[in-house]
Amino acid sequence: MRTALVLLFLLAVAAIPGSLLPQRSLSQSNVSQYFRDHPTLAPVLDRLFLFGVFSSPWFAAIYLLLFISLIGCVLPRAAEHARNLLSPPPAAPRHLQRLPESTELAAGLPPAATLDVVEEELRVRRFRVVRREGRTGAELSAEKGYLRETGNLLFHLSLLALLLGLAGGKLWGYEGSILVTEGGGFCNSLQQYDTYSAGPLVSQRDLTPLCVDLTDFQAEYEENATAASFTADIGYGLAGAATRNTTIGVNHPLRVDGDRVYVTGHGFSPTFSVTLPDGTAFTDVSAPFLPTDTATMASEGALKLPDLGAGATDQLALQGFFAPTGLLQGSVLVSTDPRPLNPQVAIFVYRGYLGLDSGLPQSVYSLDQTQIDRDRLTKVATANLSVGESTTLDDGTVVTFSGYKEFAALQLSHDPGQGWVLAAAISLLAGLLGMLLVRRERVFARVGPGPDGGGTVLSIGSLTRGSADTGPRFTALTDQVRTALADRADRTSEPDVAAPSARGGAPEKEIPSS
Amino acid sequence: MIDPSLAALSDNLFTVSVVLYSLAVVAFCAELAFGNRPARSRELVAAGAGAPPAEQPGAGLVDGEPAESPRARRLGAVAMVLTVLGVVSHAAVLVTRGMAADRLPWGNMYEFATAVVLVAVVAYTVLALRAPVLRHIGAFVLGPVVLSMVLIGLFLYASAGPLVAALRSWWLGVHVTTAILGFGIFFVSGIASVLYLLRSRYEQKAAEGQAPSSSLLARLPSAAALDRTAHRTAVFGFPIWTFAVIAGAIWAESAWGRFWGWDPKETWAFIAWVVYAAYLHARTTAGWRGRPSAWVNVVGLTVMVFNLLYVNMVSTGLHSYAGVS
Ligand code: HEM
Repeated sequence: MRTALVLLFLLAVAAIPGSLLPQRSLSQSNVSQYFRDHPTLAPVLDRLFLFGVFSSPWFAAIYLLLFISLIGCVLPRAAEHARNLLSPPPAAPRHLQRLPESTELAAGLPPAATLDVVEEELRVRRFRVVRREGRTGAELSAEKGYLRETGNLLFHLSLLALLLGLAGGKLWGYEGSILVTEGGGFCNSLQQYDTYSAGPLVSQRDLTPLCVDLTDFQAEYEENATAASFTADIGYGLAGAATRNTTIGVNHPLRVDGDRVYVTGHGFSPTFSVTLPDGTAFTDVSAPFLPTDTATMASEGALKLPDLGAGATDQLALQGFFAPTGLLQGSVLVSTDPRPLNPQVAIFVYRGYLGLDSGLPQSVYSLDQTQIDRDRLTKVATANLSVGESTTLDDGTVVTFSGYKEFAALQLSHDPGQGWVLAAAISLLAGLLGMLLVRRERVFARVGPGPDGGGTVLSIGSLTRGSADTGPRFTALTDQVRTALADRADRTSEPDVAAPSARGGAPEKEIPSS
Repeated sequence: MIDPSLAALSDNLFTVSVVLYSLAVVAFCAELAFGNRPARSRELVAAGAGAPPAEQPGAGLVDGEPAESPRARRLGAVAMVLTVLGVVSHAAVLVTRGMAADRLPWGNMYEFATAVVLVAVVAYTVLALRAPVLRHIGAFVLGPVVLSMVLIGLFLYASAGPLVAALRSWWLGVHVTTAILGFGIFFVSGIASVLYLLRSRYEQKAAEGQAPSSSLLARLPSAAALDRTAHRTAVFGFPIWTFAVIAGAIWAESAWGRFWGWDPKETWAFIAWVVYAAYLHARTTAGWRGRPSAWVNVVGLTVMVFNLLYVNMVSTGLHSYAGVS
């Protein structure tokens, strides 16, 4: 138990750097920023897995050790508890006065009758009672509150189950994210996602062939521009099967057979039309621009048009800034509202070689800076445009800002462990309540001869687990016993009553009273 | 959508509550200053309460009330009345705010922290009414309460407004309400442990005959009673906190796409949970009873406060609904 606690504590301490340092799992760009800010320190931290604490080998090691030590202490305890449930309460300790609560009462009854009274009081209180013949006289042991230990075991077993569920989810779970513009869609395949993470035991064949199409996305705002709701109308279905329509949104994912589809963000894809000097027109081409400020939805991005002209050096690209509600401050375009009240773009137009087939991966949201640095991609125009406005390039090509579409950031998640974890968490809570609310009480009593040879001395002691406030309860018990003893003594002392009655079903034992 | 007059009323009630609590602190301090010494009456009471267990000196203090001068008792009653009035006004702060914005009044950090402090004061009031001896920790509970309220008013204030989309869920009522309850109860528990640490050292010195009986500490409840209060409140708060964390995970599953992602707020909620579990264990572990376990409880409260302040205001994570700019 000590080991398990130390390990649990270690797990908590190990989690601290994970919350203070940027983590790759949460934000790759924050990690990159940290590398730029701390060029000497960052590589050292990186070697210690401090930018991926929760998937590091040492975190896993603590987790595994905790798991093993929990098994090591819970299983023997469960066996012992089962034995306890079947066996009677333990024998009374030799010295009752050493128990946390104890007292002695003088009784005017024979020893067996005295214990009868005690037993009756305890049975009324739902104790399990046994009587034994001890070395110094008859004695009684009673116990109640077995549910406490049951709750304790349930708690610790649930903790085990929870750890198992978490681990299972990590091994067989995956999630992928993708930006989908209205009218577009995706199918559940790791290659399609913009980013994904998958457990080591996930193979492409395990992925449900679910396809999702985004028909419409709406963002609603209060008057003060607080986001009120984001909803996406989608069609979905297994590949080849019929498509069904539904609406998903924040707090309302799509759930189908263990897969869930979420809206995790949104943004705008400005659309442009490009007309070449020879009259060839490309209408409404668009690319998602990523929001850089969610309060105003000011966004940045790039639209790459590699297939316009004849050669690889006639490629065109627009890079720039989109403002749903644009305002020119001097010559700088800013956004003042997240709603598309007055969409405007500020773009740089580049012509040349984009380097898309150079073999090096590049971001879809920005141009390849190395091509610009090598003068293979040159800026040919700069323009601030409202919807419908255009700019004409030096060769007569016309670029028109034709409008915008909205895109949704969708995430598909699959975690086979999560139902298991939920069940474990609920039973953990139930066990915790049993463990904390139920008191386990043991009461022991022994009878002996009175000091002057007359009457009986009853010693009672109790041992309670789970409540510090045992004094008043023990006092209440002994007061009841004292009253009951006095009552019984009055009745038995009447001459006509021959033998003490055995109310409460206690076995009668012949103990000579001295 | 926002009712400006109700919002203004809420803000005014906040000030009223701070004033009432401050007056209560003054009355509690006066009670301590004029009270006679419970330390003296201890033996008397303990002797009357049957055989006191050897390891709990002064345990009788909670059950039997120590003799008190009438003046002190009157001051104590005044302080309690001021506290209860403060609670009423404090609760009204949240009610009017909820009505002004037509939603549950814990959608940003200002409202959350205000509600946590309310729970703490209510928890203290319930304790003090059930065991009058615990009234004597009033100054030490309401002092931090006033300080917290002033800091909340100065640094966390956010005007009444609608909820952001992510918070418009039934789970706000479940997750945040239980987190507030747990936090408020741990607040009182932590203070009881701090007082226990002070008082137990005082009792040690007193046993060696070198403690000034005029010390304020002489008027606190016994160390045993404080320790018991800290433990009982923590036992009460722990399942609530556990539930809050579980409810948070269930909400995160539908709001953020996964039930647990080691977001900073989640991480620190877990750390706090472990620390409180360790506290409950320490109380029943030989060698950790008493002062060491009380320190664990203090660490627990520190973690809770850190989670509220640092994680909301310094780090960035999914829980960034603080509304503090
Ligand atoms: C691995 C073996 C562990 C064993 C054998 C064990 C055993 C126990 C025992 C005997 C108690 C009851 C104390 C009492 O009766 O008053 C208890 C309580 C508790 N345990 Fe564990 N424990 C273990 C690990 C853990 C872990 C890893 C946690 C994680 C949080 C934990 C959390 C708790 C809590 C919160 C309590 C309630 C304390 C109380 O009774 O007030 N235990 N445990």
